[in-house]
Amino acid sequence: MTFINYASREINCKIVYYGPGLCGKTTNLQYIYDKTNPTAKGKLISLATETDRTLFFDFLPLELGTVRGFRTRFHLYTVPGQVFYDASRRLILKGVDGVIFVADSQVERMDANIESVENLVINLKSQGYDLMSIPYVLQLNKRDLPNVAPADEIRRLLARKNEPVFEAVAPKGIGVFETLKGVAKLVLSELTKTGSS
Amino acid sequence: MAAPDIVMYEEEFNQIKQIISKLRVDANAKVVFLVDKNGQQIAAHGEIENLDTTSLASLTAGNVAATDGLARLIGEREFSILFHEGARDNIHISIVAQRVILVVIFDERSSLGLVRLRVKKASLELGETFGRIMAKVEKERAVAGTAFESPFAEITDEDIDSLFSE
Repeated sequence: MTFINYASREINCKIVYYGPGLCGKTTNLQYIYDKTNPTAKGKLISLATETDRTLFFDFLPLELGTVRGFRTRFHLYTVPGQVFYDASRRLILKGVDGVIFVADSQVERMDANIESVENLVINLKSQGYDLMSIPYVLQLNKRDLPNVAPADEIRRLLARKNEPVFEAVAPKGIGVFETLKGVAKLVLSELTKTGSS
Repeated sequence: MAAPDIVMYEEEFNQIKQIISKLRVDANAKVVFLVDKNGQQIAAHGEIENLDTTSLASLTAGNVAATDGLARLIGEREFSILFHEGARDNIHISIVAQRVILVVIFDERSSLGLVRLRVKKASLELGETFGRIMAKVEKERAVAGTAFESPFAEITDEDIDSLFSE
């Protein structure tokens, strides 16, 4: 649910990073936070446990500049990846404009990836969204690890539609901004189509 | 999309700003702000210079969402009021018209009773204003047919690329 304010000429979009536990959602946000101009970002809020596992969400507001005279803000959220936080995950999808699925490329995490994509479909549906029509991109993270599955194979297992796929190494920033840009493009071009619900 | 987008127009935006600034005075509060349920800040008034209102908005929405979840677990539709008491400042959170969140921050210069009373009145006014906004959005859509005019109708790839140019 994009929020357009004609009075202050602002547009706010909500992007959610989804994926299984320890796939690197928070790391994506952390990298974006570290590399963004201080004037363009707000605080990175992390509601995490003492062992740095996301408990509720991470949140990063980003101001990207103006499009057609409107200040464009993206609010980036991550969900807690661990299976038992499902109720929290559902809440965070409320009002989402675009989803980035972060997949863990390691062979042994493939089942967790598949389970998480299926969980995403269900939770989107519970908020009234359909994965097939919402702006959605797939990120294959951890491409630098030795035991990764071939990109084509992961794509075959996880891709749900013709979504853009990005390979990434989040701690080094490889593919991080490309992924965000990919989903931002889809979200903004969605606005060109509709403005309607 | 699940819910219609909120589109804020100048006229209603000014009304909303008036209502919350009046509420701040009437309730003797430090800050009054309005957030939508997804965590987007709609308007803020008061001592906000040193306040990170964006984070406040997202955490408030998270808080309300979590509390909504709790409510449903025990068979309630929602908890319409949340109150957090601090040593110095307190936060009063209430849901207006089932879609926006009204937050009032106050200290010892006010009291919970006063805030509750004033919030109740302001909520009615805000509810009416949001009703008008939604009616207006619907009307504009009906007039424009399927093609509700979006300011982004002619956005180009270059426009989007330029956002990421740095």
